[in-house]
Amino acid sequence: MSDSSVLRTIDAIWRIESAKLIAGLARMVRDVGLAEDLAQDALVIALERWPATGIPDNPGAWLMTTAKRRAIDLLRRNKLRDQKYEEFGRGSDLYTENDMDLTMDGEVGDDLLRLIFTTCHPVLSQEARVALTLRLLGGLTTDEIAHAFLVAESTIAQRIVRAKRTLSAKRVDFEVPVGEELQDRLSTVLEVIYLMFNEGYSATSGGSWIRPLLCQEALRLGRILAEIAPAEPEVHGLVALMEIQSSRFKTRVNASGEPILLMDQNRALWDQLLIRRGLAALERARRLGRPLGPYALQAAISACHAQARLASETDWARIAALYEALSRVMPSPIVELNRAVAIAMAFGPAFGLQIVDELASEPSLKDYHLLPSVRGDFLVKLDRIDEARGEFERAASLTRNVRERELLLKRAAECSNQ
Amino acid sequence: MRFMMIVKGTKDSEAGTMPSQELLEAMLRYNEELAKAGVLLAADGLHASSQGIRISYPEPGGKPKVMDGPFTEAKEIIAGYTLIEVKSREEAIEWAMRMPDPHGYGEGQIELRQIIDATDLTQNPDTLAMEASIREQIERRKT
Amino acid sequence: MRYILIVKGSRYSEASLKTSREHRDAMAAYNELLARAGVLLAAEGLQPSSSGMRITYPVHGGMPKVTVGPFTLEKELVAGFKMIEVKSEEEAIDWAMRMPNPSGFGDGEIELRLLSEDVNLLHVSPTMALEADLRDQIDMLKKS
Repeated sequence: MSDSSVLRTIDAIWRIESAKLIAGLARMVRDVGLAEDLAQDALVIALERWPATGIPDNPGAWLMTTAKRRAIDLLRRNKLRDQKYEEFGRGSDLYTENDMDLTMDGEVGDDLLRLIFTTCHPVLSQEARVALTLRLLGGLTTDEIAHAFLVAESTIAQRIVRAKRTLSAKRVDFEVPVGEELQDRLSTVLEVIYLMFNEGYSATSGGSWIRPLLCQEALRLGRILAEIAPAEPEVHGLVALMEIQSSRFKTRVNASGEPILLMDQNRALWDQLLIRRGLAALERARRLGRPLGPYALQAAISACHAQARLASETDWARIAALYEALSRVMPSPIVELNRAVAIAMAFGPAFGLQIVDELASEPSLKDYHLLPSVRGDFLVKLDRIDEARGEFERAASLTRNVRERELLLKRAAECSNQ
Repeated sequence: MRFMMIVKGTKDSEAGTMPSQELLEAMLRYNEELAKAGVLLAADGLHASSQGIRISYPEPGGKPKVMDGPFTEAKEIIAGYTLIEVKSREEAIEWAMRMPDPHGYGEGQIELRQIIDATDLTQNPDTLAMEASIREQIERRKT
Repeated sequence: MRYILIVKGSRYSEASLKTSREHRDAMAAYNELLARAGVLLAAEGLQPSSSGMRITYPVHGGMPKVTVGPFTLEKELVAGFKMIEVKSEEEAIDWAMRMPNPSGFGDGEIELRLLSEDVNLLHVSPTMALEADLRDQIDMLKKS
């Protein structure tokens, strides 16, 4: 193998092994920052040696052994430096060989779980959680993360350093939370993954484009989580949601980067493999026998669209029922608005209008342009054209998006012409 | 990027002989490892070619010819496949190297093929250009 | 994300007028509150501008000019600052609003500034996905 191909291979090995390595080391040294340093040290040694010696049969074990040795060296040096030898000795029970060997087998899943709960810890800001999770669990370089977020590398490097410092300053336990705390903390983890996914998926303020790396990483993390926390229905729910949304990746944007809405997407191009995986994940969530949570419900809604071969075959009554369920586990005016449209599609615009009129008094929607916009559409269907025009005009006055305003004003003008 | 690891057929797979318990377990462990790494998309084994048919077009534009299995040339036959999603070609090779010898008796062969995938937008020059121009705009805004 | 809460100068701060006992206690209590919440990175007060100096670079290059204080335009002067590390803009505003009026004599001003390293990484919220669904649905409604 040539040197450069060895280096590329090491890079691939790092991607496969780094999270396990860091997770195992963090359990020993109880500090993810230090654990990452040790893992990096082992990588550096591998980069020096492997081009000459060839890649060992079990590179993961090699890296772990090397990192462990570094940990012991570090401890010895600290011992020499520290006069309170005895105290240190007692504190270092963690470092016995026995304990270290444990890291090599069995508990890898648990360690990874501990790691993700740590990188998504609530003491960190939302952004720090995302960056640190990409770095430590995704095995991405700061450069890759910076590229994904379109920011300078130093920005990401700083974030990660500070996040690690915060974790160690606040003495965050390297543990999976138990009891009541577990559900709260789990939803934080899921939120981080879904944020990462949406950041990649949605059209951002700068224009509309898709950043596939973030989507792929989020999906991969979700899939990992589904294997190491298989008893949590919302984990499968989130995976299902991301798989199904990803199935539309190819069809969401046209050649010039403009978004294509669901109705006009070429359904033949939807990725059936991902849809099938999404449906399977949803089924896993269902089989756990607990009421579906927000992610699973959103996935189920997405699945309704995925299963309709033609837009006209969409099962709107089921979508309406799913939004109803969603509004109970995650009450929000925007869910209600979605429900109103689904109900109008299933049972007629008059029923949708009823819900929208009830929402009119909702303070958080007072300036929300999609409320009058939806209302306008219902009124058009009910042949109340004059009123509809008023709603479109009102919607146009509320949106800050220039293109959207133009479209709404055009609709208002169409009402006048009738 | 997606890769397909194609497991080639052998005399055993063609004879419908079940693999040893040991190999089955090793394969199971391997698939589990792929799943836990979040890279596994699908993994399936195929029945022996005796249950398959081939449809060939001997003449361009002519009628297809249907042929029942089994087919000869075990090495040309696909016995199973594993579909993975990874970040690089090297990562795919690394995973392929870790697959247990699929057939034991010295006949095993795995073929690694990259899937042509338009979802891999990073490879799309338009997207890259778009990203580059956005990056530029952001840089300009900073200064 | 890190914010700097800039306390603007006033004629009182420029004259080094000592604020009331209550005001100083309130400010100390506020600092303690920040520290105990783990958000305080630094809190400093500055001497009046009379002990400061300004280095000005002429528009067309050339040697900088040094002027000594005191300077006028009190509102443009900085009397002190606190640096805090918080999770959101809302949290920063919330902390800033809890600060006792820094001037101690009325007529105070606090300016909140985000440190430049803090570019926003995330532009989305989970509700944005629901909003995208809503747009899809509206579109289907329109075309049905």
